[in-house]
Amino acid sequence: MNGNAILAEARDVHSAREGGRPFALELKDASMSFAGSTGKLHVLDNVSLTVQQGEFVSIIGPSGSGKSTLFHLIGGLLRPAAGAIQVNGQDVVGQTGHVSYMPQQPALFPWRTVEDNVILAQEIAGTSKKEAREEARKWLANVGLSGYERAYPHELSGGMQQRVAFLRAMMSPHELMLLDEPFSALDALTRSGMQRWLIDLWERHRRSVLFITHSIEEALLLSDSIYVLSNRPARVLQKVRVPFARPRTEALASEAEFIRLKRDLSELLHSVQKPVE
Amino acid sequence: MAAFLLFILLWQVGVMVSGVEKWMLPSPLDIMKEAADNGSALLVHTLATLKLTIIGFGVGAAVGLLLAFLLHPIPWLKDAIYPLVIVSQNIPTIALLPLLMIWFGFGMMPKIVVITLVCFFPVCVAALDGLAQTDRTMLNYMRMAGATRAQLFWKLELPHALPSLFSGLKIAATYSVMSAIISEWLGTDKGIGYYMVLQKAAFRTDRMFVAIVVVVLLSLAMFGVVRALERVLIHWRRDDKK
Repeated sequence: MNGNAILAEARDVHSAREGGRPFALELKDASMSFAGSTGKLHVLDNVSLTVQQGEFVSIIGPSGSGKSTLFHLIGGLLRPAAGAIQVNGQDVVGQTGHVSYMPQQPALFPWRTVEDNVILAQEIAGTSKKEAREEARKWLANVGLSGYERAYPHELSGGMQQRVAFLRAMMSPHELMLLDEPFSALDALTRSGMQRWLIDLWERHRRSVLFITHSIEEALLLSDSIYVLSNRPARVLQKVRVPFARPRTEALASEAEFIRLKRDLSELLHSVQKPVE
Repeated sequence: MAAFLLFILLWQVGVMVSGVEKWMLPSPLDIMKEAADNGSALLVHTLATLKLTIIGFGVGAAVGLLLAFLLHPIPWLKDAIYPLVIVSQNIPTIALLPLLMIWFGFGMMPKIVVITLVCFFPVCVAALDGLAQTDRTMLNYMRMAGATRAQLFWKLELPHALPSLFSGLKIAATYSVMSAIISEWLGTDKGIGYYMVLQKAAFRTDRMFVAIVVVVLLSLAMFGVVRALERVLIHWRRDDKK
């Protein structure tokens, strides 16, 4: 497994900066622990990772390995015990308002229409509602949601709600998108449809994305790079570059290279997964 | 509604068959007749009570909401004031009334204070609970997007708390009429509460029942107005019930 040239060592991460452009996201040696009832709970241990401008990066790791904590650190809701976090070269430790976020549950505001949900981040940033709504309508038409501009979230299916939540993140004025297992609550069929939808949309617009997922296949299908995290306290076990050309289709999943990578990653994850207690 | 009409019918028949004296238990027809004969005087009293109720409920609801909006963002202040809010509900109104009259005289003021004291509590508690139960994911989303404290409140916490807040308002609306009646038991010459005291002294059981009917109708009206307002403001939930 380790002889594979595609699996680069985690240490190589820092040498990847290209052309002097700052990374969309750079995490340096971030550590984090919480005070728990049974003493200190060490969640993150010297996690370093980068997302280049326009790069799609996934994080996979065992459940409860602190992936969501990682997002709360990057989003500025929590401060790391140690380490640095930079978004577009700017230090953002403990500062909110630098990233665009899509949570696991769509968390659309039920009192807002679809278009008013989509413009929320722009509204917070101070864009005029009228302008933002016009843009929202274009986007909604673009992703097959025209006719639903004035609908309320409860009138939409789960997949449609996630599309709206994705658009809400996409229309945020902040370039870097954090997607926290956005498809985990969907059934398998809807999920694969949403993956296709996301690949297509992302390949047309190329935002910088950090994507948390449990699914190795989903990570391989969508990403340029994948970070594999260990059990708690989470360390970066490996950074994997995904070599497949874009545009990608689901047919990729049956290629030999894809299957080999999937098996390698799966073995790596199993090797760190604690036995069920 | 059918059950209510049946109850009235049984009452009427029961009184007629058993021949109970009118001063013990008047029949529904007696009560209606009395109300009609007494119409104009009753209207004056009813309007006086209605005015007092609306002002008292308005002030009480406003105090409850403002207190909740003030306490919610400041946890230490909430911890300090909340016990006092609860204590305010343990003071018996009957004991408080004479004191308020000594302090504020015989005008509207002591009565509005009584109604406010009764009405602010359910509104304040319901609003605080509603605000505290704001969806964590939505809250994280707003904060990561860089929302200010004011944006958090107006765009998320307040609309999220509206259903809970209206539960409080509906309870307060129902209590507001009763508390207005009690406040009229002392130091006034108008209002249904005053009318009740007069009729009690005169052993006019039929008129006591007239007063009860008026109180019930006023309470229903207050409740209905608040519920109508709720339906307008929480329009996004209307479709759920279809």
